[in-house]
Amino acid sequence: MRNKTPRSARRSGRRGPLASIVLIALGLAATGGAYAAFSSVSANASVDLSSPAVIDEGSKLFAANCATCHGMQAQGTADGPSLIGVGAASVDFQVGTGRMPMARSGPQAEVKPVQFTAEQTSALAAYVASLAPGPAIPSQTQLENGNASNGGELFRINCAMCHNVAGAGGALTEGKYAPTLKGVAAVHVYEAMLTGPQNMPVFNNLNLTPSEKKDIIAYLAYNEANPSPGGLELGSLGPVSEGLFLWIFGLGSIVALTVWITAKSN
Amino acid sequence: MAKNESGPADIVPAAGHDTGTEIVLGTGVVSPDAFTDPGLPPHRLRVVDTDPKAAKKAERVVYALFYISIIGSVFAVFAYMFFALDPNDLNSVRLNNLYIGLGITLSLMAIGIAAVHWGKAVMADKEGVDQRHPTRGTEETRARALEIFKEADQESGFSRRSLIRNGLIASLIAFPLPAIALFRGLAPMNVDPNNELKHTMWEKGLRLTRDPSGLPIKASDLTMGSSFHVIPEGLVDLPEHEKLDAKAKAAVLLVRLEPSALNWTSAERESWSYQGIVAYSKICTHVGCPVALYEQQTHHLLCPCHQSQFDLENECKVIFGPAARPLPQLPITVDSEGYLVAASGFHEPVGPSFWERLN
Amino acid sequence: MSTVATNQQSGFIGKASNYLDERTSISGAVKEFGRKIFPDHWSFLLGEVALYSFVIILLSGSFLTFFFQASMSPVEYAGSYVPLKGVEMSAAMSSTLDISFDLRGGLLMRQIHHWAALLFVAAIGLHMLRVFFTGAFRKPRELNWSIGFVLFVLAMAEGFTGYSLPDDLLSGNGLRIIDGMVNAVPVVGTWITFLLFGGEFPGNDIVGRLYTLHILLLPAIVLIFIVMHLMFVIIHKHTQYPGPGKTEDNVVGFPILPVYAAKAGGFFFIVFGIVALMASLVTINPIWAYGPYDPSPVSAGTQPDWYIGFADGALRLIPPHLETVWLGYVWSWNILIPMIILVVFLLVVFIYPFVEAWVTGDKREHHLLDRPRNAPTRTAIGAAGVTFYAVLWAAASSDIIATHFKVTMEGVINTLQILLILGPIIAFSIAKRTCLALQKKDRTMALHGFETGRIVRMPGGEYIEVHQQLDVYDRWKLVSFNDNAPLMLRPNTKGKITGGMRLRVRMSHWFFEERIAPVSSVEHQLELENTHH
Repeated sequence: MRNKTPRSARRSGRRGPLASIVLIALGLAATGGAYAAFSSVSANASVDLSSPAVIDEGSKLFAANCATCHGMQAQGTADGPSLIGVGAASVDFQVGTGRMPMARSGPQAEVKPVQFTAEQTSALAAYVASLAPGPAIPSQTQLENGNASNGGELFRINCAMCHNVAGAGGALTEGKYAPTLKGVAAVHVYEAMLTGPQNMPVFNNLNLTPSEKKDIIAYLAYNEANPSPGGLELGSLGPVSEGLFLWIFGLGSIVALTVWITAKSN
Repeated sequence: MAKNESGPADIVPAAGHDTGTEIVLGTGVVSPDAFTDPGLPPHRLRVVDTDPKAAKKAERVVYALFYISIIGSVFAVFAYMFFALDPNDLNSVRLNNLYIGLGITLSLMAIGIAAVHWGKAVMADKEGVDQRHPTRGTEETRARALEIFKEADQESGFSRRSLIRNGLIASLIAFPLPAIALFRGLAPMNVDPNNELKHTMWEKGLRLTRDPSGLPIKASDLTMGSSFHVIPEGLVDLPEHEKLDAKAKAAVLLVRLEPSALNWTSAERESWSYQGIVAYSKICTHVGCPVALYEQQTHHLLCPCHQSQFDLENECKVIFGPAARPLPQLPITVDSEGYLVAASGFHEPVGPSFWERLN
Repeated sequence: MSTVATNQQSGFIGKASNYLDERTSISGAVKEFGRKIFPDHWSFLLGEVALYSFVIILLSGSFLTFFFQASMSPVEYAGSYVPLKGVEMSAAMSSTLDISFDLRGGLLMRQIHHWAALLFVAAIGLHMLRVFFTGAFRKPRELNWSIGFVLFVLAMAEGFTGYSLPDDLLSGNGLRIIDGMVNAVPVVGTWITFLLFGGEFPGNDIVGRLYTLHILLLPAIVLIFIVMHLMFVIIHKHTQYPGPGKTEDNVVGFPILPVYAAKAGGFFFIVFGIVALMASLVTINPIWAYGPYDPSPVSAGTQPDWYIGFADGALRLIPPHLETVWLGYVWSWNILIPMIILVVFLLVVFIYPFVEAWVTGDKREHHLLDRPRNAPTRTAIGAAGVTFYAVLWAAASSDIIATHFKVTMEGVINTLQILLILGPIIAFSIAKRTCLALQKKDRTMALHGFETGRIVRMPGGEYIEVHQQLDVYDRWKLVSFNDNAPLMLRPNTKGKITGGMRLRVRMSHWFFEERIAPVSSVEHQLELENTHH
């Protein structure tokens, strides 16, 4: 440690007050991002999803909160699809991101504050998984150490057309939209690919292999950890927000200055 | 005399130049009892003109800003030196950009504001008045110009010797022709663009492979609701630019629906699909963006560029947006190993319309 | 023996100027232009913003050319941006990434260049609006309007060619759209794209060709047109807003040396400073996020830079299924109609000064500007044009409007389709009514003065509010404007009425039927006598 300090100390010594402001801002952004990542409730691996007690607990929760739309045996009704065979991954995604229970029936399940604790989500997942085999919740090792550059290429081909190259989200037909991927926990990204929630297509393990999914997650994580080197991202919406910024801020401030330049000095 | 076209009333010579010619007002109206110009209002003094303290202060602000600008320039150079780019740290690019930029901004803005402030508050506040002159030349000049043309015409015989003149005009029209011909070389000779536009890589028996890996796809790989982005077998082995040219026409979207959800206009079209698996050209029939947005529940395809929507259930008919034609379907089947293959090439040209598309 | 020894000067500057003048006769130019008067108004600086952005573009662009490789040869990216490492891309894309990530200040220069480019076109647009709404395009400046219009189109072309150079996914899809559009052109479309791209799309040539256009041909033409544009400004002298002491025969303002040199020179640095500030704080065109061009992927929210937005919007608004086959050939009306609409729109902008000159038949030189309210129909036409453009522009971001205002994309597009037709009509009538109302207000003000709020009881018991007459200078501003009356249809000297005449009369009525004449001195005198009774 000591051997390395001179260089870094020298560098930090030269940073002006602006540097500290920027560092604080970056720190805040990083903390916020980390908070967002950790605060999203996800079923954790510590709960044994095959334990009968957990399944039983899940069954009760299901009857109380989900059965109205999905049916008492999760067989589906006119208001909600059958959940037989959707797997724990699907439940963890839908419930863990607050999409389920839905506020009202419709094609777009919106992200809301999460309604259940992590244990409850796990119990629900365990119950649904017990009905029929389906995609399981990925383990932590399935989410780590991907190759970001391969992930970027796969992301552009398979995801960017709906979620935008920067993961900022985009419009679908009839008022539906592909949500932003910023601040979404890696496990939820994985589960979404695996299960194809709502109008998203399914990317099963033969389409995007587990290792490719890992790469995509690595790419998103890289973007999350590294804000644009060019400065503010303006929502990563591309030329539209750049154009608006130019007209409002750029030309706006220049016009204000022209007024100052030509006003008579008092 | 001024002339107004609307009638004789209300006409006086406009306040304009007496060029010796008639002033034509057109529909303009100049009232004879219009107000008269009161002339320039009295000069208003600035604070700096009356208060020597303010004047001194303005002067100080101006030179202080010039020196601040130097600080900005020096800061930018230091930022260049000390906020180096670290290949392992993207944030170093951000800091490099930020600090060099802010230094340059300070340097430029300070000069700008100083100069303007100098002009506004320190320099003499002396408004001036310039007289305008009519844009047209004086009568004398115009007459002389005309005369010059006449003399030149006479001396050259431009109007008189019509054979020479016409020869000149004709040769001037002809001389750029070789240049136009030369530009044919912009694109390869002996290639007919129509032929290129009408053919893709797809042909009978070619496997459908995943984009970008080029790995073949089994029918059983497609679970319900899956969508695969597909390129033809062998595309990945093409040289890079040929690869893009080929991909620009051959990209295909492969999805699996419940066979009962698909409506076909003919049994032949139905045979182009395989157990609910359908393959459609990904190139929009509007202007060629990749129509890659597949909605799993509505079975609509959406083009993100101009919002054309295609209905997968009904042979990719256009249901919204500017596109005119359905997406072309690639007939598919499986080979003996269970891999999806093209049953034939496309039955029509893919992508945007072009003039000779149907010939 | 020297013939010019009479005015020898001492000191280095004196000697240097003498040296220069004896070889260039520069003193003549200084005498002619050094104290030329330039009127002071903020809106007269908008053209300068455009000029300065162009200078910034030239400076930053020259820097970029030292590092950019306009080649589509495939390379494997080996720079320091992790998510693209090892990805195959063109040399153009790879060198642009190197400028961004491996060259100190390179990203800054890219961002300065791009922001300045957006500003260039925006400033030209705003400058054109100022010229339009104040009638600065009237004789003798019609030709300069045409030159300025060409510059506007050239600026868009410069922008588009530059936007396409990095060969990234976003601009590649932009080129693909151009390819699709040109293909729709009857008879020659297929061949034009074939020649443009050097074969099939995307081919191997387009970046190099656009580069030649972008850094050589187009800038040269822009420069020539800027020189012509400025020469005309010198020949005509600048217009000025109406006001006391300002006539068609003079120009009131500050001399170029020293005041205007300081203000305009300083303004260059200010504009440059604002651009540098934007470049240091705000990302523009993050090509690393877009990735290299590949014909298969596309990003949600694929849009062109703002100035091409109106064209993209026109493409989005056309209803479905508009394509016919006639004589065995394909007529892609879904592309041709938007193209025709755009061309007609630009053509109307181009010829407007000549149309108005023909309608008014006014052959006077106009150096005093119109206040927009004093030309109600022109202002209304401008408002309609701006609305039309704005709707097309908004249409280019229909998907982003949908997601951000939580409405359906179909709803946005259908609404904009209706607005494209109704919007200009509504804008026209609102603008015209507003102008006429403002003119009426001016008229009342000039006649009666302003309300003081002081209530006085008259001897007869009635209460009146005392009006204070304006001073002569303020009143002059309200009563001195260019007035036009509609034309009567009268046979010409041959006793005939031609179709052209009828059209002109109809147009003139459309322009000037509703007319508020300026207050005359006689009217004002009468009014004064009335109130003094």
